[in-house]
Amino acid sequence: MRNESPAASTIRIVKRLLLVVVGMFGFGFAMVPMYDVICDITGLNGKTSGRYAEAEPAPVEDRKITVQFMAQNSEGMSWYFEPNDPQVTVSPGEVKVVSYKVRNPNAFAMVGQAIPSVAPNEAAQYLMKLECFCFQEQPLAPGEEVDMAIRFFVDENIPEKITKLTLSYSLFDITDYEISGDEITAR
Amino acid sequence: MSASHDDHHHGPAKGLTRWLYTTNHKDIGSLYLWFSFAMFLLGGTFAMVIRAELFQPGLQLVEPNFFNQMTTMHGLVMVFGAVMPAFVGLANWLIPMMIGAPDMALPRMNNWSFWILPFAFAMLSSTLFMDAGAPNFGWTFYAPLSTTYAPSTVTFFIFAIHIMGASSIMGSINIIATVLNMRAPGMTLMKMPLFVWTWLITAYLLIAVMPVLAGVVTMMLFDIHFGTSFFNAAGGGDPVLFQHVFWFFGHPEVYIMILPAFGIVSAIIPTFARKRLFGYDSMVYATASIAFLSFIVWAHHMFTVGMPIAGELFFMYATMLIAVPTGVKVFNWVATMFRGSMTFETPMLFAIAFVVLFTMGGFTGLMLAITPADFQYHDTYFVVAHFHYVLVPGAIFSIMAATYYWLPKWTGHMYDERLGKLHFWLSFIGVNVLFFPQHFLGLAGMPRRIPDYALQFADFNWISSIGGFLFGASQLILLVVVIKCVKGGKKATPQVWEGAQGLEWTLDSPAPYHTFATPPDPKLIHAQ
Repeated sequence: MRNESPAASTIRIVKRLLLVVVGMFGFGFAMVPMYDVICDITGLNGKTSGRYAEAEPAPVEDRKITVQFMAQNSEGMSWYFEPNDPQVTVSPGEVKVVSYKVRNPNAFAMVGQAIPSVAPNEAAQYLMKLECFCFQEQPLAPGEEVDMAIRFFVDENIPEKITKLTLSYSLFDITDYEISGDEITAR
Repeated sequence: MSASHDDHHHGPAKGLTRWLYTTNHKDIGSLYLWFSFAMFLLGGTFAMVIRAELFQPGLQLVEPNFFNQMTTMHGLVMVFGAVMPAFVGLANWLIPMMIGAPDMALPRMNNWSFWILPFAFAMLSSTLFMDAGAPNFGWTFYAPLSTTYAPSTVTFFIFAIHIMGASSIMGSINIIATVLNMRAPGMTLMKMPLFVWTWLITAYLLIAVMPVLAGVVTMMLFDIHFGTSFFNAAGGGDPVLFQHVFWFFGHPEVYIMILPAFGIVSAIIPTFARKRLFGYDSMVYATASIAFLSFIVWAHHMFTVGMPIAGELFFMYATMLIAVPTGVKVFNWVATMFRGSMTFETPMLFAIAFVVLFTMGGFTGLMLAITPADFQYHDTYFVVAHFHYVLVPGAIFSIMAATYYWLPKWTGHMYDERLGKLHFWLSFIGVNVLFFPQHFLGLAGMPRRIPDYALQFADFNWISSIGGFLFGASQLILLVVVIKCVKGGKKATPQVWEGAQGLEWTLDSPAPYHTFATPPDPKLIHAQ
């Protein structure tokens, strides 16, 4: 036993416990970046990992992988949003360009943001995007229609068992949000 | 007692301010317990609305949105308003008396941690009378249901949770400081009654996870009002993150609601079996193991959310591992009863029902832990049946057992044993009729949190609702028993129960307003 009065000892215990409380409150927030890092490393949740900025690879001709494209509007989004090609077949390492058609049918300007997701989840980290409309927000004037492109390839290290993967985009109406372009590049 | 110069130091103050200003652990314990009972009736009323709507298929009584508000408010009020404050109330009343301390270590904070609770629940309940309605996103308040699609009253909910969290954290700090610092000479850690042990560990769990809950609702607040995107996919956030943070709090939370129950049952069964508790040390270690494991199993609540197979296996095995220390406890209780001179007073009946029915709830928990099977059970009434079996005949039966067991010590009178037994048997039958058919409903595929259902579920829902009304109505008997016991009855002896051991039974009944102003004789402190 320490040689201290009960009151001093109580204060010491309370101070330590308050530190734990503050620490755990911080830990709750630390789970946010931890989660992102873990998802990035493992490709969990079908999150793709942002812009691929290294040299383009050479195609590996002995395998074929089917990449399917899906589009969906999140609740409240009224744009026409469809892939121009529902699916393509590529070799690992082969760079391919596909596009989505998007039209704002409303009489007012809107801003959209597409968020990708890959199924199966473990395929996400092998889908490399050189260029993607999801890297930036998409402002459309009333009635405006555009084709939005993706340049991508499938990494040659993709496991043998995966022969087909699906890239799905959810389109969000972010007209009323103030999200700067920098924050959403990590896709 | 003849008047003397220091009379005012001995008795409680008079009138309402006694309760507002009190720093006495017994007063605060009583406040917590009465508040908890009020919340139990409020949350029970919500449950009656739910069961009345589900009495037959189709929409009869309430709108689907109001039904969702009922399920949400029922869960929140029962978890944060009924079960948790009841255990804190028992801790306040009993821990100082059990460890030979004159009061809690921080009596003023104790007053504060209680008195913010009524405000939190007034704030939460007031949303029922607002145009936007009460929270309707389930007690687990998954984002984006609770952020993007939430009613505007969600902010009241968020601040109510903040206040409840602050109250729990203060209560826990107080309990830890009391147990570590205020034990009478001779009361070593391994001589503490198990109720004190389980509460010490529970308090550590609370200060570890309540801040995480505060964090997650703070993130919601920021998402809703300040344009952040913690859980908003459009801004780069992830709704699944919410589930991870929530269940990192949520799983230890379910042990917060059951560990003190283990302590209560470990006090009651030896008394009425007239034997020492079997395996005291293993009980302590099992409690600590369960507390540790509770931190590494959270994702078993979200097997269907999309996880790599390695993750699913890890969380499956870790969850199943919890059955080992829990099994140790159950076998210890059974071994304590084995060849004991058992009598079956009301507290013992509740304690035995706890052991049997909690074990059943534990087994369905094991079924849910099996990942491949969980894909079928997920979000069905099977889950509802499981957690109600561990919370109602588990946690709540233990609170009732504790109430009957220590009521003579609190009031100085014996309660009406006949009414107590009636309350037990109606509750026991009611709770099983209420929740057992829900297993079948869940296995047959009835989803939870729906106001209407397919016709093939009608019969079991009808039975379940009858059980619900029976169980709900029976709780009024408890109120009658307690009021009768406070007002009068046969005088209780200091020991009350023939087989009762422990420092609180060396005190008069009712326990004097101030106890152990001088520490108890160390000879009174026995190994458990």
